[in-house]
Amino acid sequence: MRTAIVLIAAMLSFVVAGCAEREQTASGIKSDAAPFSGTSKQPPFMAAGWKQGDRNSWEQELKTRTVQGQNDYVKVP
Amino acid sequence: MARMKFICDSERCIECNGCVTACKNEHEVPWGVNRRRVVTLNDGVPGEKSVSVACMHCSDAPCMAVCPTNTFYRTEEGVVLHDKDTCIGCGYCSYACPFGAPQFPAQGTFGVRGKMDKCTFCAGGPEANGSQAEFEKYGRNRLAEGKLPACAEMCSTKALLAGDGDVVADIFRNRVVKRGRGAEVWGWGTAYGSKQAGQPGGQKS
Repeated sequence: MRTAIVLIAAMLSFVVAGCAEREQTASGIKSDAAPFSGTSKQPPFMAAGWKQGDRNSWEQELKTRTVQGQNDYVKVP
Repeated sequence: MARMKFICDSERCIECNGCVTACKNEHEVPWGVNRRRVVTLNDGVPGEKSVSVACMHCSDAPCMAVCPTNTFYRTEEGVVLHDKDTCIGCGYCSYACPFGAPQFPAQGTFGVRGKMDKCTFCAGGPEANGSQAEFEKYGRNRLAEGKLPACAEMCSTKALLAGDGDVVADIFRNRVVKRGRGAEVWGWGTAYGSKQAGQPGGQKS
């Protein structure tokens, strides 16, 4: 009887061991520096026409590049 | 700003593979990995169509959903990026992606897959913008330089459009109206629309 109780207790300790497992919260990097914050690089790598750190000027620069660089209907009247 | 999107105009794509070359050159992508590929339907048959395919940076990215290590994250501009430091090379993302975007270098010993690599919309990764570490893992961060993805900027026929979703959609709409045909936007329904896999009632973004 005593052996059975010890055996059951030992088995239970294995069964409930999972309950003591620590929560795993490490989930990698979820944020990144915003692209409008720019890089440390200087021209000619940086596109001219916008100011690093200024979100509006960055958005405007990309819009201008999209419209002037990819829309050929603005090139031909 | 709306979110960043790609459009490939199959009426204009001439299968020159310039986008593939530009991408490989810009990011020094290793052998065996093509972040962008040109797929031709009905090759050799009159009326064949080509589309340039890469990561579409989906609204509800399946790769993001299946990744067991939460390697993926989405930037404020809607670009789906990944952190190679947490990738374990399980390959689930490549099974889940409808565009075949995730690639594995497979240069490791015994054919180990290695860290997943995919199109970053030229936005680098979690390392400091423009740093050497970022370049070595993810390639150039052109967005942080005020530029658009190299593949689209150098496309000779301007078939591949990249940028603010509203602006590129306007450009494409204007083309369709002028030419009177070719309104199919390849992959948009899957990536951004209500036909998204597993999302029957999905909202358009």
